[in-house]
Amino acid sequence: MLIAQIVFIALLVIAITLFSRQVRKIRRNILLGRDEQISGNRWKRWKNVLLLAFGQKKMFRNWIPAILHLFVYLGFIIINLEILEIILDGILGTHRLFLPYIKPVYPAFISAFEVLAVLVILACSIFLIRRNILHVRRFENPEMTCWPRRDANNILIFEIILMLLFLTMNASDQALQMKHYGHYYPTGSFLITHPIAQHLQQISPGLLVGLERGSWWLHIAGVLFFLNYLPYSKHFHILLAFPNTYYASLEPKSQMPLMADIVPEVRSMMGLEADDSQSAPASPPVHFGARDVFDLSWRHLLAAYSCTECGRCTAACPANQTGKKLSPRKIMMDTRDRLEEIGRNIDMHGSFVDDGKSLLNYISEEELRACTTCQACVEECPVSISPLAIILELRRYLVMEASSTPQEWNAMFTSIENNGAPWTFPPDERGQWASRLA
Amino acid sequence: MQIPTVAELYAKGEKPELLYWVGCAASFDQRAQRTARALATIFTRAGIRFAILAQEESCTGDPARRAGNEFLFQMMALKNIQTLNQYGIQTIVTSCPHCFNTLKNEYPALGGQYEVWHHTQYLYRLVREGRISLKPATAEALQSVTYHDSCYLGRGNGIYDAPRDILQALQMKIVEMAHHRSRGMCCGAGGAQMWKEEEKGQTRVNIARTQEALATGSRTIAAACPFCNTMLYDGLKHAGKEEEVQVKDIAELVAEHLASDPTVGG
Repeated sequence: MLIAQIVFIALLVIAITLFSRQVRKIRRNILLGRDEQISGNRWKRWKNVLLLAFGQKKMFRNWIPAILHLFVYLGFIIINLEILEIILDGILGTHRLFLPYIKPVYPAFISAFEVLAVLVILACSIFLIRRNILHVRRFENPEMTCWPRRDANNILIFEIILMLLFLTMNASDQALQMKHYGHYYPTGSFLITHPIAQHLQQISPGLLVGLERGSWWLHIAGVLFFLNYLPYSKHFHILLAFPNTYYASLEPKSQMPLMADIVPEVRSMMGLEADDSQSAPASPPVHFGARDVFDLSWRHLLAAYSCTECGRCTAACPANQTGKKLSPRKIMMDTRDRLEEIGRNIDMHGSFVDDGKSLLNYISEEELRACTTCQACVEECPVSISPLAIILELRRYLVMEASSTPQEWNAMFTSIENNGAPWTFPPDERGQWASRLA
Repeated sequence: MQIPTVAELYAKGEKPELLYWVGCAASFDQRAQRTARALATIFTRAGIRFAILAQEESCTGDPARRAGNEFLFQMMALKNIQTLNQYGIQTIVTSCPHCFNTLKNEYPALGGQYEVWHHTQYLYRLVREGRISLKPATAEALQSVTYHDSCYLGRGNGIYDAPRDILQALQMKIVEMAHHRSRGMCCGAGGAQMWKEEEKGQTRVNIARTQEALATGSRTIAAACPFCNTMLYDGLKHAGKEEEVQVKDIAELVAEHLASDPTVGG
């Protein structure tokens, strides 16, 4: 028994160490973003966390996947209670540690977990069918090839395997209980696996113990492996959805944030006195708008890691619907990919060494130019990500620093500057519609 | 009917009850001017002392800002705020959702604090308070209408009901498009797209959106934004339906249904 405990503890320590190392890297990457203070409104923010992350509110804009997702989500949360018992059993060398303390309700608890396990298997199977057989349109965009596609399938298959192992473990356990074998004390019958166990009666006890122990070990090893898969995967959203909904913007979706850095400059350009309410910036901006991930706020980078590539944003995007290259989901995926690239660069050199690239090597001007700022992507995101915020920051860089502007926009700027209107009408004709009223 | 400018009132030591912020589109675009005239008619009928800035009004800076030109936006914003504050303007009604969003949400950060209404909100208030009265339903009014949500009103500022409430007050039957309210589809003009060609694609946003509107079978498409209005009209022309189906601003529909009783509303 002792050897098993040592092996288990070693496995646990290694898994947690590797996981926390990876999480620290992601935290470091996120903090490469521009500093931004989040002010007040804690109650509103917590409300968003409760409604959107815990409550899955936005998911229900789309009923079928919402219900299936709810199964997987509840399964994940509740089965963690079972994982707690498994981990303690592993460390202490016990079997079903909680049983003596909650004996009357124990089978009800495990039965509930089992029902959820079945629902998770069902939901994940349907998700696999939607992605690979029905080819639901939002999973078919150009950015959804190679790794994003494989990642999604890996997660679904992995969850199915973990749930099957959990059920196998319980079924063989129940069969052993019926045989009154060894330390497999009677627990009361589990809803799903008890009927199955009756069919397992003809299997020899030795084989059943092998099955039970085998699936116990594979299940927990699988869970620990999955834990370490998360930071490399879009599935990391199960953790970051919570902080992301907390830190998401509370302003109206159509409101663009002010570039406060340049206000004093514009005021002095216009011959206006300095405004005391606009305190001078501590340091001038490195770039006007965003050229690379460093110029985005840490909140945008947190959002990039929170995105699970569900594509509801892209499905609702009018530019994407009419065949333009813009896909809001790709904006988030590109931001994360670039950030990961920079992370690897830092790992290799100790600090970032210029690689001659920027986020604009990932996101083309054509994509950025196609956005109508209609906020459909922001509206749809179940976890309050705003691809629009990133698009607008990149546009600022293109126009104000790279001077890469379509000719028609330059004409519009000139007209606004000279005539006070985006069209070349003289200001003194502004009131003419009114004089023709009578 | 004579619309005073704020400057004229100021010279007489007066201040308007509300400023009608016309916006560039309604000032210069012939289609959008109809909305402005409709609003002026309604305000006058309701006995509201309103004024316009005329040549003292400038672009709010919205298209420049969305295109990425924050410098130009701030220049326009600071200039407009200076004008508005100099006249002590408190209440603004505008017929452009883009002006509405900028004045209401983006000017406060630069020192411009006003009570800003979109005309659909304000008109619904006038209807509700009985300050304007509407003609009894005509056969035309009883027709079905579809309402196109402007992104900057709907998703941007959560204004979905006021325009629909007005259509209901006009006793029109609203047939919703496949995408409406928070799922409403853009007309294609926002984000400074109005001033440039669309990027390459299979179709144009306004054409796709107009198809949705036509699919409702309504003879009237109601809009609440001058840019949506233009984009949908272009979509109708593209579909060869501009004779059968019309795009109208909510304000135009209200003005057409004003009761002629001169005593109403003073």
